[in-house]
Formats: sequence, C-alpha cells, structure tokens
Amino acid sequence: MSVSIRHSAATTVRYPIWDPEAETRPRPELEALQLERLRELVSRLATVPFYRDQLTHRDIGPHSLRSPADIRKLPFTTKDDMRRQHPLGLLAVPRKALARIHGSSGTTGKPTFVAYTARDLETWSDLCARFLVSGGLAPEHTAQVAFGYGLFTGGFGLHYGIERVGATVIPAAAGNTRRQIEIMRDLDPEVLICTPSYALTIADTARELGMDPRALPIRIGHFGGEPWTEDMRREIEEQLDIDAYNNYGLSEVIGPGVSGECPARAGMHIQEDHFLVECLDPETLEPVAEGEPGELVITSLTREAMPMLRYRTRDIARLYREPCACGRTTTRMSRVAGRTDDMLIIRGVNVFPSQIEEALLRVEGTTPHYLIEVSRPSTLDEVHVKVEIHPEIFSDRMDRMQALCERISREIHTVAGIRAHVDLVEPRSIERFVGKAKRVLDKRDLTDQAL
Amino acid sequence: MKLQQLSLFLENRPGRLGAPLEAIAAEGINILTLSLADTAQFGILRLIVREWDKAKRVLEEAGWVVNLTEVVAVDLLDRPGGLAQALKILEGANLNIEYMYAFSLRRGDKAILIFRFEDPDRAIQVLLDKGLHVVDGDELMSFVS
Amino acid sequence: MLTELWNDAEGGFHPASAPDFLPGSALREVQLRRLRAVVARAYKNVALFRSRMEERGLTPESIQSLADIQHLPFTVKTDLRDTYPFGLFASPMSDVVRLHASSGTTGKPIVVAYTREDVEVWSEVMARTLASCGLHRGDILQNAFGYGLFTGGLGAHYGGETLGATVIPISGGNTDRQIMIIRDFNVSALCCTPSYFTHMIERARELGVDLRELPLRIGIFGAEPWTDGMRRHIEAEAGIKAYDIYGLSEIIGPGVASECSAQEGLHLFEDHFYPEIIDPETGEALPDGEEGELVLTTLSKKAMPMIRYRTRDITSLITEPCACGRTLRRMRRIGRRSDDMFIIRGVNVFPSQVEAALLAVEGTLPHYRIILTRDQGLDRMAVEVEVTPEVFSDKIKALEDVRTRLAQAIEHILGIRVELRLVEPRSLARSEGKAKRVIDRRNEGK
Repeated sequence: MSVSIRHSAATTVRYPIWDPEAETRPRPELEALQLERLRELVSRLATVPFYRDQLTHRDIGPHSLRSPADIRKLPFTTKDDMRRQHPLGLLAVPRKALARIHGSSGTTGKPTFVAYTARDLETWSDLCARFLVSGGLAPEHTAQVAFGYGLFTGGFGLHYGIERVGATVIPAAAGNTRRQIEIMRDLDPEVLICTPSYALTIADTARELGMDPRALPIRIGHFGGEPWTEDMRREIEEQLDIDAYNNYGLSEVIGPGVSGECPARAGMHIQEDHFLVECLDPETLEPVAEGEPGELVITSLTREAMPMLRYRTRDIARLYREPCACGRTTTRMSRVAGRTDDMLIIRGVNVFPSQIEEALLRVEGTTPHYLIEVSRPSTLDEVHVKVEIHPEIFSDRMDRMQALCERISREIHTVAGIRAHVDLVEPRSIERFVGKAKRVLDKRDLTDQAL
Repeated sequence: MKLQQLSLFLENRPGRLGAPLEAIAAEGINILTLSLADTAQFGILRLIVREWDKAKRVLEEAGWVVNLTEVVAVDLLDRPGGLAQALKILEGANLNIEYMYAFSLRRGDKAILIFRFEDPDRAIQVLLDKGLHVVDGDELMSFVS
Repeated sequence: MLTELWNDAEGGFHPASAPDFLPGSALREVQLRRLRAVVARAYKNVALFRSRMEERGLTPESIQSLADIQHLPFTVKTDLRDTYPFGLFASPMSDVVRLHASSGTTGKPIVVAYTREDVEVWSEVMARTLASCGLHRGDILQNAFGYGLFTGGLGAHYGGETLGATVIPISGGNTDRQIMIIRDFNVSALCCTPSYFTHMIERARELGVDLRELPLRIGIFGAEPWTDGMRRHIEAEAGIKAYDIYGLSEIIGPGVASECSAQEGLHLFEDHFYPEIIDPETGEALPDGEEGELVLTTLSKKAMPMIRYRTRDITSLITEPCACGRTLRRMRRIGRRSDDMFIIRGVNVFPSQVEAALLAVEGTLPHYRIILTRDQGLDRMAVEVEVTPEVFSDKIKALEDVRTRLAQAIEHILGIRVELRLVEPRSLARSEGKAKRVIDRRNEGK
C-alpha cells in the first residue's frame, strides 16, 4: 500500500470509537448482517417499479442471495436511471413519509433528487458522527462548517453529525473567507469542515490579512467533497498546523458519511453495515483484485426513502480489506483517483461539461465551440469558459459585449451552480476535433501519482 | 451623411491589433482613423477606412468578426471650446451618445469628431439645424487625400 | 410520539400549537415563573446584566409580578457588540451546541448562542409558526431562506422537521431552479422574503409557469417589512395564502411571532418571548394598543438570555381575542424602525456598516449615497461613491480595481452583493445637518 502517513503522532493518537459495536464487528458477523440487510433491501425494492421489473425479469428474490458476494446477481443503477425517474420515481416509501429532499448535480440543468425519511436522517447523522469522532471531534469542541448548505448535501450531513456528537456547530456555510477567519479567530473553533482546497484558501487569506494561519485555533480538519492528494494534505497540515482527515460520500447514496479516515490514515473506513461497496473493472464490470483500482459500486443497505442498488459512482479507487491498526474491522478505500466519466469537481461542486453546453444554448447566437479550462492558480479552482465570438453576438459597443459575458456567466451559474469566467475568443481559435471534441482542459493536479 | 464604421472583435493579447491592420494595408486600403476600447480580456477595434466594403470583405475572409455601424462625423475648429459647444447642443436635444472619439487633421485646423448615436438620423438633423458641419464620407476622404 | 398519532387532515391541530391556546391566567403564570428564572439566570451568569441590576439596587427577588419587568434595565444592540463574542453567554461553551452570527452596526459582528434546549425551543416555536400558517405533516416545504449564520434558513428548517413536513432545503438564489422544484415536487408551502417571492412570480411568468395552477397553497414570508398591498399582489398572482412571520437573531431567529388564518396581526409566542411596547424616546412603557418600540424578553433562553431587548421595530399590541382562537397577544406588522437600519433581501443593513467599509479602503470617508431599488421584484442596493483625487487614475483598470475593492469591502461586511458606482466629485447632494444617505426607491412606481 502506497498511502504514507506523515503525522508522527498518528500511531499514538487514539480517539474513541463512536459506535464500537458497529465499527469493530467481527468480519463474519458483519458479513452476516450485510446479507440479512441485503435480503431485506431486495424485498423492500419490490415496491419500486423500476427495481421490481428488473428483479422479476431476472427472477431474483431475497432467497436468491446466499452471501454478500451474490450481490453480483443484482442489476446496476446509474445516474441516467435516476434522471429518467425524475423527480422521485425511485422512492420506496409513500411521499408523506419523507422528511427531506436533496439534489445532486445532474448531467444537464436538471439536478437529480434524493429523498430521506426521518430515520434516514438519523442514520446519516450517526454515520457522520462516526467519522467525525474517528478523526478527533469531541463533545467539548466547536466546529466551523464552511461547506455550502442548501439543495446539495454538503453541509447538512456534517452539521447534524456534529450536533449528534454534542459539539457546538458554527454553520458558517461557504464563502466570505475573511469573515470565516474573523469567526475562527473570535469564536475559537477547534475543528474546521470544508473542502481541502478551501482550507488552503483560508490559510492564504489569513496571511494576506497579516495573520499567521498556524496561530488560528483550528486543530483538526475534516475535508471532503473534492479529490485531493497526500501532497495537499501535507500542505494543509503544515500551513494551518492541524491534523487533516479525509472523508467520502455522495448524495446519491446518502451524502458525506459513506467512509472516513481514522488516525492511522491508511484509507477511509467504509461504513459497511450500511453500505455494500464493490470495486469493479468499469469495462468488464468484474471485480478487480484487492488493492487494484476500479470503479466503486455502492449499495445502500438501510436507506428507507430511496435505496440504491449497485449504484455506479464512476469514482475510481482501491479497496483494502486487511485489519486496521485502529481496531475497526471495516474495509478501507483509498482516495478517489479519478472518474470514469467526464464529470469535474469544481470547488466541491460536481459539474458535467454537458451542463456548460446547455447554458451556452440558452444564450442565442453562441456557437457550440467552447472549451472549459479548469485551473487552480493558488488554492481555489478557477474555471474559464472560452466561447468563440460570432457575428450574431458581436457588437461595436463595449457595454453590450460585457453584458453578453455576464449573461453567459449567469446561465452557467444557473445550470451548473458554479461561477465561471467567460472569455470571448476569436472565431476558429478553439481547436476542432474529429470525432469526440475535447471540451475540457484540466490543469489541476488532483491525483496521487503513487496510487 | 452617415459614415460606415467597421468594428472588430480582438482578444486582448500581444500582436492582435497588428494583424487586421496589416491585412487591410496589404490590400492598399487607407485607414482614416481608428479607436480601440479594451477590457482585460478582449477589445473592440473601430475603424474608418476609405473602402469599407472591401475592407470588410478582406477582414471577414481572414476570419475576423466584423460589424458595420453607422456613425456621424462632425467637423469642428480645433480650438478650445469647440467640443464643449457641440456636446452642449447634443445634450440640449436629449441625444444619447453611445460613444465618441476624435482626431485632428495635421494639415489644417480641423478636428473631426466621430459619434455613435442611438438615433443617428435625428442627431444629424439637430446638428445641421444648429449650424454645425456634418461631414459625409466623400468629404472626409477629401480631407486626407 | 404525539406527532405520529396526530391526524393529518387539513386544518388539523398540531400538538406543538397547544401553548397557543393557553387560557390567559395560565399564560401569565407561565410567564412569571419563566421570567423569574431567566432573570435569576442572567443575574448569576452575565456580568453586564448583574452590574446594571446592582446599579439600580435590584436582585432577582425584585421580580414579584410581570409588571415588575419595567424596573429591569434594557439591553441594546450595541451591548452585543461591546461584549462580543462571549460576554452575554449564560451557559458554559460545553452546553452550547450552536452559534449564529450577524453583522453588527459597524461591521463588527455579533454572535448568538443556543444550548440544545434552546434549539428545541426554537424548533418548537417555528413548528408553531408553520402550523399557525396552515402547514401540516406531509406538506412539502421549500425553504428558500438563506442557510448559514443567518438564522432564517436553519430556523425554518428545524421547524419544518419538527412539524413533520418534508423539507427541501434549497436556500436562496437560482430562481429558475426554485420554480422547477415548486412545479416538479408539488411543493405545497414555501418560505422566503416577500420581495424574493415577488421576483419568483415575475420569473415564473417569463418561464410560462402559472403558479396559480400548481399545488402551492401557503407562503411564509419574513425577514423584511412588507405591506398588505404586496400581500394582495402575491396572493392573487400565485394563488396562495401569504403569511407574515417575525423574529430576530438576538432573540432566537424567526419564530418570535406569526400570523394565523385570520391574517390580522402576528401572534407573539408569549410563553417564550415577553413583549412590551415603549416610547422610544423616553423608554416609558406605553398602554396596550399604542404604537411604540417593541421590547422583548426571552423567557426560556438558556445560552443567551435577553432581558428587555430593544428591537427598534415600531409596532403596537392587539389584545382583543383573535378569530383563530389563539389566546396569544398579537402585534401589528412592522412598518418602520426607530433607527436608520434598513432591510434588503432579508439582510439588516446600517449605513454605518457601509461607512466602515468605505473608510477601510480609502482611509478617509468619501461622500457616498445608498440607493435601493426593486427590479422585477428583486431588491438591489447600489452605493454611489464620489471619486477622490487619491483614488483617481487615468487607467480604466486601476479605477475598476478601486471599484472592486470598495464593493468587496462592503460585501464582506454585509454578505450581500452591491453595485458600486464611482461618481464625479461633488455630484452627490450635500445637505445641512444630517446627510440623507439612503434613497429608498423600492416602492416607487407601484
């Protein structure tokens, strides 16, 4: 295994385990529990026409499953399936039983939606409490949540997780970095929760304000929502003088809380009593050997409102099953090392090039020739969308041209939820490709070479 | 009385301004005046040339996005107060100027103002009524030949 | 749990609403008991309050009746700033589970704290608010109040959750998506600022969506003043019932008072927030029905009790019984304030905050003017600043830079976007005495 541990104290740091019974269950018991829950899940899915038809077609019922590995008999679910079932076709409970609806970004302007019952929310809070505690959150702490709150799941899971632990939440939400730093300086939070790149922005901004970022009260960071590297971890830990922990999750199966690191920081512990995770070759859909990279496919065993059967995450990672020094028995996953589709994660927001295209189509006269350039000039992702100028949209008046840029930028924000710089470029200056056009130039370095 | 002005979209990076000017120079087309408005990212080059239709064709063939705009040229004595007087007249008539630029002719005492109006026809009427000298295309060319 | 036994029928009674119907005498009893407890708590734990009590020769035992509240010292907004951040906390941090913050009058923030019990009380009063506006379990509530340090979003969110509604935590912005979700999810209730909703109405029309044909039936609007004219417009154009709610972070957030089906004044949740009306000049209590400044005392807050907090909001109390049967007293809609604060898109703004930002960038205070307009229902704030020789440059880029820095400094303090316009020196009107800094054009041309 190539994941290195920088933190010298990591071997000695020992945090309590939030739910020892669930997190240190002997493997045979865990697998028996998974099988039981998988069978229950298959029975529950009989209420969802989309799943029922497929299961009937394959003649699969709870009885067909004799071990968790039998999950391979079951059909996959994809993002497209969710989109086709808009808005809530995959619901397994009556609508009245829903306590919450969140969205996740879709490949077009329409997000896909996920729903939660009150019990799902309880489970979610609990799963977040588990990884927060495994990375050092204690009831006496104050935690600043600098993730966005809203339709996307980012901030909420962690907010409720902190609340569950009994620590103090500062729901700072995303943005206004100077204000974040003032709050931090004044209210003494020990824990920071945001995307890893935002942690570096906070450090940069603190220096700009003439402050030493290492002197900020933060001691622990829980970072997720976008891919990052071990180099970035070292940077963050060095610049802010904190311990930085990684966590993973996606709205489609619950949000943050699928997995998170322990002080050993040798991969993220998957909450296997709630998620059955496979690692498959994206081409053949056969399992890869342990420790080899493959696409994560996740089944949410306990979700009531909207269970996911073998959801294809398109995230590439590796699984490690040997026991961990921390005492947890759960399988660990590596950092996400890439995608099997063209989705980009920009400042923690999932963006598909097709969304940018859709935004351009909303502005009359723009051509389909565009290029998305993603870079990280200092710490924050920056997106430039280059759009070719065209006689229909060109004006000799500067104010009109600037209004055009703003209009395109606004449409991109509406459709994709990100702020992009729009660069108008001369005709034919964007390279034409035969066959599939290259729409994205990603200049960021987001994956560990060693992985 | 209206003049045809060409405007070009240019990216704001080194060397972009030279290329279109060379392209029309190569065809022997004379530039009477030009103005450049720019932001950090792009610019709009506005040109008054002798043979605007030919210039437009040349530029378009070379791949530029070119617009044609009707502008109004006003001849003022190149002395203090000339511009202020003209602007006062326009303001009094409630005429909206989208933008303007000026140039002086070396051999005389003339200063030419180029105006882009929302309503150029009404502007010309007002200017003529107030006794100002609106310059048409042929006359403008005669100043520089 | 009671909620589960509760009948979902429309107009059904929510158990959380029970205190709304307490007989007057029982309510006074609860209020007095809680008042004595909160005064004792603040006296014991908050140095500022204790010293003010001592100056007046008061102890918690001085409170023998509800009328005795008039002897207690006021708390004002600057007290929160002067004791920032923890000076008014009456609980140790280990009991505090939530902090919210808002910008104070001069750019220095104020912070408010909640214990677990406080969050429960807050969720309860918000559930009572929603129930009073006609929501019931199974309603789909789209919460378009902003989430974060602003109390609006999370307050309504927890209220909806407590009530048993399905919450869509969409937060503010992205109007097209808001409308798509109202339509696709059969959203039955929505909360946001009234001005944002009028913007949604305009945008829906542009998109060819007729809100009147959708299942949306209830709008819960607050965080800024609005009028009955606006209500009529909203109700007619969206085919909903539009309710006014009231609250402020210093007291708890939203959930201090709410309209009911009668839509004639806002019931104050008096079992948790004790209202008084005073003359803003003299500080004397005014008789019921007279207009004056609303003063609130939090009767059950643990982490940060507020004793006689001067809201600066001008209103009057209605003591007559309400058609809805609630025994809680009502307050009339807030029409104006006793200070120069204005509210834009739900954010409270003091001109002094803008001054602090301009001063920080330029070193001296330039002449400026704040202009508020409403464009398609959306409030906009522009700040016009006279260019001084110190900041002028012949380079467009340098001037743009000054403009951006001024705008960012203001946005940093207020948390909302402003349009900053540089104007020529001496182009803004000077006035004798107090300068007119705020031009509010939001209700022109209506």
